[in-house]
Amino acid sequence: MSAETHEGVHRHPAPTSFIRKYIFSTDHKVIGIQYIMLALAAVAVGMVMSLLMRLNLSWPGTSWPILGTLFPTGAPGGVMNPEFYLSLVTMHGTIMVFFVLTTAPQGGFGNYFLPIQIGAEDMAFPVLNMLSFWVTLVGFMVILLAIFVEGNQSIGQWFSALGPSFTGGSGTVGPIGGWTGYAPLSALGKIAGPGQGAGMNLWVISIAIFCVGSLLGALNFITTLLNMRTKGMSLMRMPLTCWAWFTTAVLALLSFPVLLGGGILLLLDRIAGTSFFIPSGLYVSGLLSGSNPNFPLHTGGSPILWQHLFWFFGHPEVYIAILPGMGATSHILSTFARKPVFGYRAMVFAIFAIGLLGFFVWGHHMFISGMSPYSAIAFSVLTLSIGVPSAVKTFNWIGTLWGARIRFTSAMLFALGFVSLFVAGGITGLILGQSSLDLAMHDTYIVTAHFHLVMGVASIFGMFAAIYFWLPKMFGRFMDETLGRIHFWLTFVGVYTIFVPMHIMGIVGMPRRYASFGEYEFLRTLHPLVLLVSVAAVITIAAQLIFYFNLFWSIFKGKRASDNPWEATTLEWTTATPPPHDNFAGVLPTVYHGPYEFAVPGAPNDFVMQTDVGADVPSGDGHNGHKH
Amino acid sequence: MGRALAVIIWIITLLSVLLFVSGKWWFPAAISEHAPALDRQFMITILVVGISFTAAQIGLGWMVWKYRDTGSRSDRAIYTHGSNRLEVLWTIITAIVFISLGVMGQSVWASLRLHDAPAGSYSVEVVAQQFQWNFHYAGKDGKFGRTDPKLIDDGSLNFVGLDSSDAAAADDAVTSALAIPVNRPVELRLRSKDVIHNFWVPQLRFKQDLVPGMEIKVHFTANKVGKYELACAELCGQLHYKMKSYMLVLPEDEIQALQVLPQEQFQAKMVELLNKYPLPNY
Repeated sequence: MSAETHEGVHRHPAPTSFIRKYIFSTDHKVIGIQYIMLALAAVAVGMVMSLLMRLNLSWPGTSWPILGTLFPTGAPGGVMNPEFYLSLVTMHGTIMVFFVLTTAPQGGFGNYFLPIQIGAEDMAFPVLNMLSFWVTLVGFMVILLAIFVEGNQSIGQWFSALGPSFTGGSGTVGPIGGWTGYAPLSALGKIAGPGQGAGMNLWVISIAIFCVGSLLGALNFITTLLNMRTKGMSLMRMPLTCWAWFTTAVLALLSFPVLLGGGILLLLDRIAGTSFFIPSGLYVSGLLSGSNPNFPLHTGGSPILWQHLFWFFGHPEVYIAILPGMGATSHILSTFARKPVFGYRAMVFAIFAIGLLGFFVWGHHMFISGMSPYSAIAFSVLTLSIGVPSAVKTFNWIGTLWGARIRFTSAMLFALGFVSLFVAGGITGLILGQSSLDLAMHDTYIVTAHFHLVMGVASIFGMFAAIYFWLPKMFGRFMDETLGRIHFWLTFVGVYTIFVPMHIMGIVGMPRRYASFGEYEFLRTLHPLVLLVSVAAVITIAAQLIFYFNLFWSIFKGKRASDNPWEATTLEWTTATPPPHDNFAGVLPTVYHGPYEFAVPGAPNDFVMQTDVGADVPSGDGHNGHKH
Repeated sequence: MGRALAVIIWIITLLSVLLFVSGKWWFPAAISEHAPALDRQFMITILVVGISFTAAQIGLGWMVWKYRDTGSRSDRAIYTHGSNRLEVLWTIITAIVFISLGVMGQSVWASLRLHDAPAGSYSVEVVAQQFQWNFHYAGKDGKFGRTDPKLIDDGSLNFVGLDSSDAAAADDAVTSALAIPVNRPVELRLRSKDVIHNFWVPQLRFKQDLVPGMEIKVHFTANKVGKYELACAELCGQLHYKMKSYMLVLPEDEIQALQVLPQEQFQAKMVELLNKYPLPNY
C-alpha cells in the first residue's frame, strides 16, 4: 500500500501543551518511552523483591530492621514471615512477567520503532495507543496497591469496607499464589490463609486490566504493520524486529482474551459466589463449604480448568516476552557484525513456527496436574519440536557472525549475551518438555533456572541491547560505553552464577516456592549453592545501579549522537535524531533494499541504507542463496 | 574485547559443565522400579543438552574471537544472505534429534501412567490438606471405609471424613505418615480437602498433584526398604514449605503386621517404625 493514501489521515499537528505532548500523548514515540519508563519502575520493584527473597533463603531468621519498620506484621522485628516470602514470590513473578517482560519489549521499543522502521508517521490508531498505555499503567497501580493494602494494617482495614473478600492487612506484600495463581487457593478468599483477601482480588483485577491494555496494543501493532508500510517496504524487506513485534502482537491478540476471561471467572468465584474453579465438598481451615457464612457453598467447579485457561495464555506469553528480544538481537548482531542477517527468510519462518507451535504446548506445564496422561504425550512431543525453530535461530545468529567484522559496542555485547543465554536457558527445555522426566523435575529449581534464563534474563539482555543501541536515536545522546561494558561484564557473569547452580538444585529435588529449606534433610547438601546464588544475586542486582545511573545521566548529559551513529541501514537511521513528531518531517521515505545490506561488494560504504537510490545491490530483498 | 568475551564464554561453559559432572550434587539414590529407566533417559537427554550447549557456546566464542573488527583490516565482512542447503541440513538434524528425544521421553511415562495399578497392588488413600498429609489404610478387611467431606472434622481428628457407621471403616487406620510394602505395586488414591498439593518423594522420581474435587489414582513400585522424606511440591499457602511427611518402605512381613492393627496401635507402631529406620545418608 502506498504511503500517499494515508496522507492527511494520520498527519496530525504536533501538540504544543506539555500535557498533550508528554503526558496524554498520542505520539507513538512518547508512548514508547512511557512504556519503557513503566518497565524501568516495575523492574526496580521486582528486583528489590528478588533481593529480599534471596536474603530470606540464605540468611533465614536474620533481622533486617528497615523491613520491620515498613512491614511490622509481615516482618516482625525485621525477620520475614513465610507468608511475606511467598507474597514476594507472587509479586516478583507477576510484576516481572506482565509489567516488565510484556511492556518494554513490545509496548516500549515496539511502539517507538515499529512505525519508524516501516516508514509510517504514527501508529494506525494513536488514541487507542495512548489508551493502551494508560490502561496498563492503571493495572500497575492496582498491583502496587496490593503491597499497601496487605502490608499495612490500617490501609487494609479501610479496604475491608469494600466487602469481606477485600480484607487486607495480612502482613504480606500482596497475594500468595505464585504468578500462576492456581485455583482453588486463589479462588477461596481469606479463609485459605494470609494474602488471599484483598491482595488476591487486586492481583486478579490488575491482570484483567493489563489484558485489556495489551489487547488494545496488539490491535494497533497488527493494523499498523499490515496497512502502513511505506512505498517499497515489502514484507520481506522489513527488519526482523518488525516481524518479531508483529508475531508478538498476534500472540497477544489470541492469548490475552483467554486470560481475561479466566480472570473474570476467578474474580466471580471470589466475590460473587460462583464455582467455576471451586469443586464441591471442600473443607478449608476447619470449615466445610456451605456450613458457615464465612465459607459459602461451592459446587461443581474445576481447578484444572483454571490451569488450562492460564497456560493457554501463559505459554504464548513466554514467546511474547522473548520474541522482541530475538528481533532486536538479530537487528543489532547484523549491524555490528557489518554483515547481512544469515538466513533472513529462515529467521522469519522460525519466528512464525515458534509463535504457532507456542499455542499447542501449554499442557507441558500440566503433565502431573491430573489431566489425561494421553494428552501429556501429545503436548510433550510438540514441545520438543519447538526446539527446532529455536535452534534454527541460533544457527543463523552464529552464521551472521561468521566472516563478520564485529564492533564490540555495549549493545553488541548484550546481543551476543542474549544468544549465549538463550541457548543456555532454552536447551533445558529438552529436559523439562519430556513427560517422563517431569515426574522428577516438575516444580523444582530446574524449572526456575530454565525460565529465568530463557524468558527472564535473555529477554532482558535483548532489552539492554536495544536501549544501548537505540538511546542515541531516541534522545540524541549515547549511553556511556565504559559504564555499559562494566554493566555487561558484571551482569553476564552474574546471571550465569545465579542460574546455573539452580539447575543442580532442581536435580537434587529442591522444590520451588519454599520459604525455607531447613525442614528437609535431602536439601541440606545444597546450602553452599544456595549461598553462592544469593551472593551472586546481590552483586548482580547492585550492578544494575550502574545501568540506571548511566541511562538517566546519558539522557541529559551523554555524548551527542548524529543521525546514523552506528552506520546502520534501516529507516530509523534515515531520519533526524531525535525523530520529529511525524517521524520523517513530512516526506515519507521510499525503500529500495532489504534491511541488512552490509558489506555489499562495490558499494561506496560498507552499509547500504534501505533508502539509498541506485546502489548496486545483488540481492535487495533478503533472499537466501547468494553466497560469495 | 572480542577475545575477552570469547574467553569468558568458554570459562562459563567449562565451569557449568564441571558443576554438572562433578557428581557432588545429583539425584538422591533411586528406590523405585521405574527410576533407573527415568535416570537413563535423563542421562541421554542431559548428554544431548550438554553437547548442544557446549558446541553452541564454543562456536559463539570462536566467532567473536576470530571475527572481531581489529581496525587494521580495510576489507569488509563476507557478503552473504545465507545458505538454503545449511538451513535444510540443520533443520532436519535438529528435528530428528529433538523429536526422537521427545518420543523416547514418553516410555517411562507410558509404562507408569497409561494403565491402572496391577491386581494385588497395595492401596492407600492419600488426603492432603493445608499443611498436613493424611494416609488412610484399608485395614484387615482390605476395604476402605466410606468417607464423606461432610463428616470431616479436624477438631475431633476425623481428618478424612471416615464414616464410622460403615462396617468397612471399623478396622481402617489414618496416620500422618505413609507406609508401603517393598517390591509390590502400590496404588495411591490421591485427594485434597482444600487446595492443590503435590506428592513428591525425590527418591521415587515421582510426583503427582492432589486436586480437590478429584480422586487421582497413580501407582508405582518401591524396591528399597527405608525411610524417605515426602514433600509438598505445589504451592498450597503459608506453610507450604513445612508440609512434610515420611514414606516408609517396609518388608512385606512388617507391612502385613502393621496392616491388621487397629487405629491406636497402628499409629504407635508407625512411630516405632519411623524411629527404627534412619533417613538415607546425603
